[in-house]
Amino acid sequence: MPTKIEKDSLTGRETTGHEWDGLKELNTPLPKWWLWTFYATIVWGIAWVIIYPSVPGWRGTSGWIAREAVVADVAQAQARTEPMLARLREATPAQIVADPEMRNFAIAGGRVAFGNNCAGCHGAGGQGAQGGFPSLADDDWIWGGTLEAIQQTIRHGIRSNESDEQRQSQMPRFGADGLLTAAQVGDVAEHVLALSNRATDQAAAGRGATIFAEQCASCHGEQGEGNRELGAPRLTDQVWLYGSTKRDIVAMINNPRAGVMPAWGQGRLDPATVNMLTVYVHSLGGGE
Amino acid sequence: MAAATAIAALAPGQASRAGEVTYVEGPIRAFAIATVFWGVVGFLMGVVIATQLAAPLLNLDLEWTTFGRLRPLHTSAVIFAFGGNALFATSLYIVQRTCRARLFGGEDAGWFLFWGYQFFIVMAALGYVLGITQSKEYAEPEWFVDLWLTLVWVIYLVVYGGTIVKREEPHIFVANWFYLAFIITIAVLHIGNNISIPVSLFSSHSYSAPSGVQGAMIQWWYGHNAVAFYLTVPFLAMMYYFIPKQADRPIYSYRLSIVHFWTLIFIYIWAGPHHLHYTALPDWVQVLGMVFSVVLWMPSWGGMINGLMTLSGAWDKLRTDPALRFSVAAVGFYAMATFEGPVMSIRAVNGLSHYTDWTIGHVHSGALGWNGFITFGALYFLFPVLWRKKAIWSQKLIEWHFWLATLGIVFYITAMWVSGIMQGLMWRAYDELGFLQYSFVETVEAMHPYYVIRTLGGLLYLTGGLLMAYNLWKTVTSGEAAEPAPAAVPASAIASPAE
Repeated sequence: MPTKIEKDSLTGRETTGHEWDGLKELNTPLPKWWLWTFYATIVWGIAWVIIYPSVPGWRGTSGWIAREAVVADVAQAQARTEPMLARLREATPAQIVADPEMRNFAIAGGRVAFGNNCAGCHGAGGQGAQGGFPSLADDDWIWGGTLEAIQQTIRHGIRSNESDEQRQSQMPRFGADGLLTAAQVGDVAEHVLALSNRATDQAAAGRGATIFAEQCASCHGEQGEGNRELGAPRLTDQVWLYGSTKRDIVAMINNPRAGVMPAWGQGRLDPATVNMLTVYVHSLGGGE
Repeated sequence: MAAATAIAALAPGQASRAGEVTYVEGPIRAFAIATVFWGVVGFLMGVVIATQLAAPLLNLDLEWTTFGRLRPLHTSAVIFAFGGNALFATSLYIVQRTCRARLFGGEDAGWFLFWGYQFFIVMAALGYVLGITQSKEYAEPEWFVDLWLTLVWVIYLVVYGGTIVKREEPHIFVANWFYLAFIITIAVLHIGNNISIPVSLFSSHSYSAPSGVQGAMIQWWYGHNAVAFYLTVPFLAMMYYFIPKQADRPIYSYRLSIVHFWTLIFIYIWAGPHHLHYTALPDWVQVLGMVFSVVLWMPSWGGMINGLMTLSGAWDKLRTDPALRFSVAAVGFYAMATFEGPVMSIRAVNGLSHYTDWTIGHVHSGALGWNGFITFGALYFLFPVLWRKKAIWSQKLIEWHFWLATLGIVFYITAMWVSGIMQGLMWRAYDELGFLQYSFVETVEAMHPYYVIRTLGGLLYLTGGLLMAYNLWKTVTSGEAAEPAPAAVPASAIASPAE
């Protein structure tokens, strides 16, 4: 086969003498900087496999092991916080709040723990979310807003079945189970609206008042003021967990919804973290 | 009949010149059209899922339209459908011309490859949307789709290898080494990573043969070499043919092409473990993966040097030929991505970059800049040749495509750099009391503006793709016909703008 070596007039280089579909190649030597950089990376590579573990059985001259490096890092991070966490573990939330140093630490740590564990439901600032995720930044508490009540809720959860001391409440399915007729449900809903001065049908609200006294007052209170012992929300304010319209209220009476919160103190979070969260949530604006 | 005359023309003892071989072109035209079609689909899916990340509401609360199912649709559409069809089109085009031989197996084999590969794409895509997946990144299709692809691929190897065997040129052109390495290695990778046991003969699901850390290692041996042998090696083959053609210059260095080819394919195959830094993978594997990744830097840049230096004496063409500008800018993005890659494979850097948007930015500077641009350059070259036209319908639209796409990439990768590095730094930030400074939610919130910018970048890139589709359509339907014999069209006649 013919090879025809030509000289490229632009670069002065010779071609290899082959041609494919009009394409030729120059016989340029390897660029020096390219070759030496390549050698340098190889030399570095050889050094690296000597210093670090690189074949089964070779542990490297540095003695570096990833697992030990992680353990050391974690230990170092823990050593920084552990003395303070040990104090927080033993203290009650009230003691923590009374001590500026502990309180400061608890609020910083609680903010992080809240972001990683609670914000998914309660929002990044504890502002709550539509559809059953209560705001923690206001003074409307379902189960209580004292330090002790908040700690109890975080530790044991709500309807979680993870703790014997969980918060538990169950509103009957008045409509779905036939405890009330549809007309009665409508009347009670009208009365509930009246509790926050929003009723439009006074006659229905009047009929509903009687039913409310018989069926609802035992938990929600005579005047709808709520009962924290039973986790029955106050019905006289503008804060509504599952919506404030008559339609929402009728739906709740017919077939109530109820949220679940995990028992964070049962093997999920360190007692110190539960305490920090307690103090942090208490500080959000509604603490009692 | 055409095949018979071609074989007669190649009979031993008979001198055969380029003009006497009738090349197979029908399936190549189909592959070229499919490249454009799947490209637009893939870019569109990218924009959709980028929008979903910025506005999660657009997941629509339907299982078929959630990010989790559409994301593999996007990655497979751009890599295997857009990239794959581009590789079929260019490899089958180049192998015939640089071997001066008609495609082994003729038109029929070409059409089998075309329809066989499109069937694979559609089967895979349907599976993703319906939730049929083996959950391996870039190897999501289930066992029955894998088997079909294996069959198509083996025939591809036979067709390609057969054409090289019956070549009329004494030497094998550099692009063909790269294509052959791609076809052989992808076969090995595809089979290696897809060994699994179906639940039953009639079940669409299967269990992976390796599990745990072995499974992870095999997956990333495959995953990284999909980048190596699907997105790098054969696209370098495109570079080695189309840049010298468009620039009308000889390739810069034959010696460099040999040295960087062998070093590239030898070193690339070991780099996978850098995807598994700081995991249960044994330390020695992680260290080796990192060392090979760093040593890979110069072999990668060897291709860049050969691509760019081929332009010496022809740099002025960049001003007048926007299609060549695509090919050359592609090499620039290739250089950038193949430097960034080794840096990111260093364990300490990876500790910051891993699991962040930086990785997404890195892969897109490669995918949008290198793979996309080199393919656009090739398509703008191929369409006039394949449809016997004088030139692309509108040079102006190529200009628009170039600048829109470049701007889109700049938006995309700068947004992801900022977002990714910020994300990595926020994850590791401690306050003075020893607590992590930011919760996960706060990092997500901080990334939101960059997600919007990324979407905008993707939208620009998609718009460029649509302009290309229109321009190529007009070239085919109303471009001015070329006068002389197609095979003998000199590169300069096609590459120069119609002014």
